[in-house]
Amino acid sequence: MISRRDFLQTSMAASALLGASGFGNWGRLAAQQALTQDQLLEFESYGNVSLIHVTDIHAQLKPLYFREPSVNIGVGDNRGQVPHITGSDFRKLYGINDGSPSHYALSSDDFTALAQGYGRVGGLDRMATVINSIRAERPDALLLDGGDTWHGSYTCYHTAGQDMVNVMNVLKPDAMTFHWEFTLGSERVNEIVEGLPFAALGQNIFESEWDEPAELFPPYKFFERGGAKIAVIGQAFPYMPIANPGWMFPEYAFGIRDEHMQVMVDEVRAKGADLVVLLSHNGFDVDKKMASIVTGVDVILSGHTHDALPEPVLVGDTIIVASGSNGKFVSRVDLDVRDGRMMGFRHKLIPIFSDVITPDPEMAAVIDAERAPYEDQMSAVIGQTDSLLYRRGNFNGTWDDLICDALISEREADIALSPGVRWGPSILPGQDITREDIWNVTSMTYGAAYRTEMTGEFLHVVLEDVADNLFNPDPYYQQGGDMVRTGGLGYSIDINKPQGSRITNLTLLSTGEAIDASKTYQVAGWASVNEGTEGPAIWDVVENHIAKQGTVTVTPNNNVQVIGT
Amino acid sequence: MRLTRRHAMAIGASAVVVAGLPIRALAAGDDDITAFTGGADVGEGGITLTAPEIAENGNTVPIEVSAEGASEILVLATGNPVPAVATFKFGPLAASQAASTRIRLAKTQDVVAVAKMADGSFVKASASVKVTIGGCGG
Repeated sequence: MISRRDFLQTSMAASALLGASGFGNWGRLAAQQALTQDQLLEFESYGNVSLIHVTDIHAQLKPLYFREPSVNIGVGDNRGQVPHITGSDFRKLYGINDGSPSHYALSSDDFTALAQGYGRVGGLDRMATVINSIRAERPDALLLDGGDTWHGSYTCYHTAGQDMVNVMNVLKPDAMTFHWEFTLGSERVNEIVEGLPFAALGQNIFESEWDEPAELFPPYKFFERGGAKIAVIGQAFPYMPIANPGWMFPEYAFGIRDEHMQVMVDEVRAKGADLVVLLSHNGFDVDKKMASIVTGVDVILSGHTHDALPEPVLVGDTIIVASGSNGKFVSRVDLDVRDGRMMGFRHKLIPIFSDVITPDPEMAAVIDAERAPYEDQMSAVIGQTDSLLYRRGNFNGTWDDLICDALISEREADIALSPGVRWGPSILPGQDITREDIWNVTSMTYGAAYRTEMTGEFLHVVLEDVADNLFNPDPYYQQGGDMVRTGGLGYSIDINKPQGSRITNLTLLSTGEAIDASKTYQVAGWASVNEGTEGPAIWDVVENHIAKQGTVTVTPNNNVQVIGT
Repeated sequence: MRLTRRHAMAIGASAVVVAGLPIRALAAGDDDITAFTGGADVGEGGITLTAPEIAENGNTVPIEVSAEGASEILVLATGNPVPAVATFKFGPLAASQAASTRIRLAKTQDVVAVAKMADGSFVKASASVKVTIGGCGG
């Protein structure tokens, strides 16, 4: 159905732009002069239907820096497959020149230098400009939000998601699905969803008492666009009550439920759908597996694992589109839908270079109004950094190392544990660290920094459990986060071993001694999923630590030895 | 992940048991299957067992079994101290041969369903259900 030629028509804005720019041409001025908004938006309309995909914005209203992972290991059938290819291998695969805008947007090396040249990315006012421009060309384009929208910032926390709801309502999405939204608590989620002017979809959102589909979240919605009947099916994050505190939304159950997905696809086809779009928060590898099992889905708009891919991945007759995170990208997918089927597509992953794309004035005003009451608090400078602070990567990031240091020193612990979440912008060396920056990497509704005792044996169980959520060879058993970050604790991990035997050489770094299975250690951490967790808020712990340091320096972390990649 | 000492020890203890248990547990499950089938061969296909890949709560895991034309379906949780969960019996007037219930799973394990068909043959399906302490995704 999809010819190789059609596939090659997919292009990424940036890769077509600078050609061979090479290293050394990164001067900010040069970058800005070479890149124009028209180039970023350039797209020869195709077919009769346009989809616009945004996902995993994590409440990032303003432009930011976001370093993609340098370590993103695939296991089982996904070993060595995208998105598990990083750095120069990734650039080689997609023909991306070193030092080019695509290099900066999509891979991790030389991040600091490139960031200084190309500037910030994202900002919902810039995203609005891109979306409005697509709509100017294709007024009936569908805007679909993959979720993780009402979480992740100072203002989002203090307004219980209202800032994002207000801002997104200006963007006018046609449908949305969910993950972190539920950590606002089911009462609040229900309240917002009841008032949403667009569809809140989730074929796998069930009511937990009877294990029946939840009425508030329909499985799909039909749209008539370009003369075609389009069914958009929603798929919320399957493992919410496990990866996040289930006690905050006890009325709901989730799961992958691919049998039910097939029933829904068959149902919409029977009702005359010419095109079936799955708006998914499964994570990329889960979507790939689902595409190989469920038949009849034309397009999967994939979210959750924060991957940004310059071309869709084809699984059978299904194309899977990955649109990144934190407002860094907008995907446009044009489709030729005729005679009840998808005949071809054209795709572009549009990187939101904040210095190149003009902010939409209406959206900029709405964002500023949402932020104004909190601006004084948020803009407080807590310290500076000498090091690049980033989070993404399977094992550790400098932001997490800093958070673990804060937990150990502020909570007087031997060992610190920090969750392997994938959200949180980066900070360049030499930048101020504001209160807002700290909230951007810690904000959540269950952010108490606990201190507890754990035996060496239990620590091992925790690490094994999380490692299996990441490295189980079957994607349906993966939860889509990264490995739990450890402070004060080193270990080796053989990713190819089964659960229970991946983690060895547990070492208490302060003494260099092996962790004793029967000995008790003082452990500090945050983001516990258990109800009743007590402790100071993690953002206060981190702020106190940074304020004491003045300027923070994070040394490279060599405490995790990875085997079997 | 704030854990009481009791909680930590309970989970720690279960992890120790895991290493030794599977052989015994499988044997126990096999005994139940043998008792159900009388030692007859057990085939595949014609039976569907639906269970979550990862349990949201190991204490109450929703499962569903169906086997068109079955007279009885045996459900086993092979990793539980007592594997036998339920045997559903369907009379000749039953409109469908399907049942759903919730079961408690002590740890990550295979749930197995064996159906006795109208002609006296047996078929089996299994699903691996993971029970995790969770908490670090996103």
